[in-house]
Amino acid sequence: MKIARRLFLKKAAGVSGALLLCGGKSDASRLQVNPDQYGVLVDTTRCVGCRKCEKACNEINEDLPRRPAEWFKDESVTQELRRMDYSAYTVVNRYGSDLSGKPYFAKFQCMHCLYPACVSACIVGAFSREPNGAVIYDAWKCIGCRYCMAACPFQVPAYEYGNVLAPKVRKCTFCFETRLVKGGVPACVEACPMEVMTFGKRTALITLGRERIRKSPGQYVPHIYGEQEVGGTSWLYLSAIPFEAAGLPALGYHPAPGFTEPIQHAIFKWFLPPLGLYATLGGIMWWLRKRKTSGHPDPDANGIEG
Amino acid sequence: MDVHDHAAPVKKKFFTPGMKALTAVMLSGLALGLYRMLFGLRAVTNLNDQYPLGLWIGVDVATGVALAAGGFTSSALVYIFNREHFHAVIRPALLTALLGYTFVGIGLMFDLGRWYNIWHPAVPFMWQGNSVLFEVGMCVMIYLAVLYIEFVPVVCERFIGRVNLPGVLGRFNDGVDIALRFADHILGKIMFLFIIAGIVLSCLHQSSLGTLMVIAPHKMHPLYRSQLGPLFFLTSAFAVGLCMIIFESMIAGRAFGRKPEMHVLTPLAKIIPYLLGLYIAVKLGDMLWRKSYLYLMDDHPAAFMFWIEFGLLTVAPFFMFMSSDVRRSPRSLFIAASMYVAGILLNRSTVFFIAYQPFYAVKAYVPAIGEFALTVGLILTIVFVYRALVTLLPVLPSVESRR
Repeated sequence: MKIARRLFLKKAAGVSGALLLCGGKSDASRLQVNPDQYGVLVDTTRCVGCRKCEKACNEINEDLPRRPAEWFKDESVTQELRRMDYSAYTVVNRYGSDLSGKPYFAKFQCMHCLYPACVSACIVGAFSREPNGAVIYDAWKCIGCRYCMAACPFQVPAYEYGNVLAPKVRKCTFCFETRLVKGGVPACVEACPMEVMTFGKRTALITLGRERIRKSPGQYVPHIYGEQEVGGTSWLYLSAIPFEAAGLPALGYHPAPGFTEPIQHAIFKWFLPPLGLYATLGGIMWWLRKRKTSGHPDPDANGIEG
Repeated sequence: MDVHDHAAPVKKKFFTPGMKALTAVMLSGLALGLYRMLFGLRAVTNLNDQYPLGLWIGVDVATGVALAAGGFTSSALVYIFNREHFHAVIRPALLTALLGYTFVGIGLMFDLGRWYNIWHPAVPFMWQGNSVLFEVGMCVMIYLAVLYIEFVPVVCERFIGRVNLPGVLGRFNDGVDIALRFADHILGKIMFLFIIAGIVLSCLHQSSLGTLMVIAPHKMHPLYRSQLGPLFFLTSAFAVGLCMIIFESMIAGRAFGRKPEMHVLTPLAKIIPYLLGLYIAVKLGDMLWRKSYLYLMDDHPAAFMFWIEFGLLTVAPFFMFMSSDVRRSPRSLFIAASMYVAGILLNRSTVFFIAYQPFYAVKAYVPAIGEFALTVGLILTIVFVYRALVTLLPVLPSVESRR
């Protein structure tokens, strides 16, 4: 993963210093990413904020709280910035206006990272990344520690705090079971009347995105968000306004697991460091005791009286 | 390795007026825990989708583990580095560690959404070697078992030849006695294996707790965003372990109307500046290297906390421990130790929910009254059980042996 090593993080003195230490090598960056995996290109310049994607998402995910169809017609909810929560895998937010003064909208959901922080962080492996690109969650394994939520750079996983007995982490599934494995496209993609989203092979989508930027240079920020961010995401974004203003922060190109996995794997390299420490401590213990019983004065016995 | 000579059960009334008040507060705190179990996390906590980790993780778990470090630091001193002089602190420190870790587990149960799955990380097909939390969980679980094994000799010493079970259980007296003698005999020969294992496990998970938030550098305030998180947590745990021994010994001494054991605590305090100095050096070096000092004057709670927890409650006690006058004065020594214990509490809290500043934070997180209440309840439960156990078992130095 050459991209991952090309680091750039604005305002992040700390991160860049830290990265020098880990050099971008990690299990995450050795993981093979399936070149044929799917993705979705979200062209936010086309979004009109109709929330039909939210409605379609609620309809297909039957275990989400039911919402009446009228609720999704209420565009006033976009007056405040929302995030995904226990009741919604996707939300449409309004981010001011574009250059022509037209209201600017962007839809959010799980980005389905190529090197997902949640998969790396989860204590029991309740998250997995499927070869087709979907990052999915298995509630059965989950212990509810919510470390995935702390780890996710996009703060996507949400929690059923109100569920007493069996709370679940909630996040977009890429319609993995409901659509993808049956050869369909995600419900939100299909429902969008403006063709904001294009579903396809991720590599093809990057080509498509570049094409659009090239053809209408003034219309787009010349960058595909998610092509390299945090090592790459399956969901890719085009925007007319700066990404940070459209709710997509500058996160750098380094995969989140690349920060911790090198540390973990160094500490446990063939279990040598722990065993080495064990042997060293045992050696010191044995040596100091032997020295003491063989009659030498204990140098530590003096000079420690404060 | 025989430390058992000087300890004896404390002969004191259990329910003093102070203990009655403590019990009342403890029970009301624990009631909140029951409430959480019956009505869920939302009913008690202010946690939200942007702030998934709160007071219970920052204090009950992370601070709890750090403050229980007295167990492994004291056993390293006495058993590995052969400083027999500190024998008297081994058992109280061991008991504190044992209770501390037990309550880390209990406290975690209230925080986990699916607490009944807490055993999942131990199941091989759910092992997840990339997860920092998995390592922390495994090490804590194994270390807890090691702590209980290390504590077996204390129980043996009290009950061998004196097993007297109530009622019908009385018929098992001889059997239990034989089991205790057997355990004591075997453990006497192999205890060093567990002692070294306890130190290794402690180093592993104390440091890895500091790796947890390293996965989310984008969300951490620059002052607390470092790849050296594990080193900070490990070195500060060394230092706070010894502070905690002093802190706890003096509180226990006061509670039982004893004189502070300055002949042990003063030399113990002399080691602290080295450990605390190491932590401060690593922390400042990291700050210079990452140029994070640029953020010291930030208008952000994390910058404020840094001045408090690091400036006031880490560097200041470091200089206090440097002074031999402070080390010899029970009062000053207690203040210095308490300051760093408080410093650790604020440091861990800052790392987990104050310096954590998510981009999309819709709502700030301030712990709810109920969260504080359960935390206080759990801490008081530790005090309660500690007092019960030291009156039952030979943990604290016997008053006679000090003459």
